[in-house]
Amino acid sequence: MKASVIFGSLITFKPMKVLNQKTMDQTESHKPNISRFELFLAFSRISLSSFGGAIFWARRELVERRSWLTNREFVDIFTLGQLLPGPNVLNLTVIVGHRFAGWTGAAAGVAGFLGWPCLVVIGMGVLYQHYGALVQVQQALAGMSSVAAGLLFATVVKLAMVLPRNWRPWLFGALAFVGVGVMRWPLLWVMGALAPWAVFAAWKEQE
Amino acid sequence: MDRLNLGELFLHFLVLWFLAIGGPSTIFPDIHRYVVETRHLLTNTQFAELYTLAQVAPGPNAMYVTLIGWHIAGWKGVVATTVPLLVPATTLTLLVGHLNERYPNARLGRVIRRALMPITIGLVLASATILMRAVNHDWRGYLITLVTRCGCSRAARWRACPAWSEHRFSLRKIYRR
Repeated sequence: MKASVIFGSLITFKPMKVLNQKTMDQTESHKPNISRFELFLAFSRISLSSFGGAIFWARRELVERRSWLTNREFVDIFTLGQLLPGPNVLNLTVIVGHRFAGWTGAAAGVAGFLGWPCLVVIGMGVLYQHYGALVQVQQALAGMSSVAAGLLFATVVKLAMVLPRNWRPWLFGALAFVGVGVMRWPLLWVMGALAPWAVFAAWKEQE
Repeated sequence: MDRLNLGELFLHFLVLWFLAIGGPSTIFPDIHRYVVETRHLLTNTQFAELYTLAQVAPGPNAMYVTLIGWHIAGWKGVVATTVPLLVPATTLTLLVGHLNERYPNARLGRVIRRALMPITIGLVLASATILMRAVNHDWRGYLITLVTRCGCSRAARWRACPAWSEHRFSLRKIYRR
C-alpha cells in the first residue's frame, strides 16, 4: 500500500516536473532542441494533411500538437509570412526551420513541405496527360473548376470583410482588378505603380 | 505552340514570385496572360483544368505552377516554375525575419500590410473572373460557382469547416493589429 502511494506520487509528480522544466526553458530561450528530421516530419505532416490552405494545419501541428511555438509567436511569424512575397506557409516554414536548426533546418522543413506535394502533383500531371482527353474526365474537371472559381470568389469576400469602411482601400482594390483582370497589363507594371502609392497613402493616413 | 524558351520562363516566374505578396492566387492572372495569351503554351481550358487539379491535391495552393511546368516541359518545366518559388522565401524572408526579430512592431511592416491588402483582394478577384470565364460555358457552371461561393460563407458562419473559419478569424486578427 505504502509502495503504491509512493509510486503513484512519483508518477504524478514526474510529468509535472518535466513540464515545469520545459516551460522554464521555453521562456528563457524560446528554442526547444529540435532535430532536422523532426522538422522534416512535422512539415511533411502539415503539407500532406492540408487541402486548400495549410495555415490551419500549420497552427495545429506547431502550436497545439508539438508546442514548438506559442500562439503569439505563431501569429507573429505568420503575419511576417503574409507580408512577404511567396506562399505564406512556405515563408513560415523557412522562418521556423531557420530559427530551430539554422540553414539546414530551413532546408529540411522546405523539403518536407514542398517535396511530397510536388510528387503528388507530378503524378497528377502524368495521369492528366494520359486521360485528360476523355470526355468524362473533362466534364468532371469542368465541374470542379467551377467550384474552384467559387472558392476564389469566397476568398475575395472573406478578405474584403476585413477592410475598413472607407473609400481608399476599395479604390486600390478596384484599380488592381481592372489593371490585371480587365486590361490584362503585366503584373509588374500594375504593382510597380500601385504598391508605392498605396504604401505612401497608408503611411500618411497613420500620421 | 511557340518555341519554348525555358530560361525566359524561369525569369518570368522569378519576377512573379517576388510580386506574389498575399499568396499564389495573386499571380494567377499574370501566369495566365503569359502562358495562355502571350506564349500559347496551353489552351484556356487546359490552364483551368491544371489549376483545378492542383487545388485538389494536398499541399500549398502554389503547387499549380509545378503542374503547369510539368505539362509544358516535363522535369525541366518543373524546375523552371518551382525553383523561382523558393527564391523569395529563402532570401527575402530570412533577411526580413532577422530585421523583424531586432525591431518587432516596426511601423513600416504594419503600414505595408494594411496598404497591400486591398491590392491582393483586387488580384484574387481577377483570378476568380479569369478562371470562371475559362471554364463556365453555360448557366450550370455559373450556378455551381455561385453555390460554392455562398456555401463557403455559410460553412464559416456555422463553423462546419474548421479550416475555413479559423483562417477567416486569424486574418481579421492580423489585419487589425
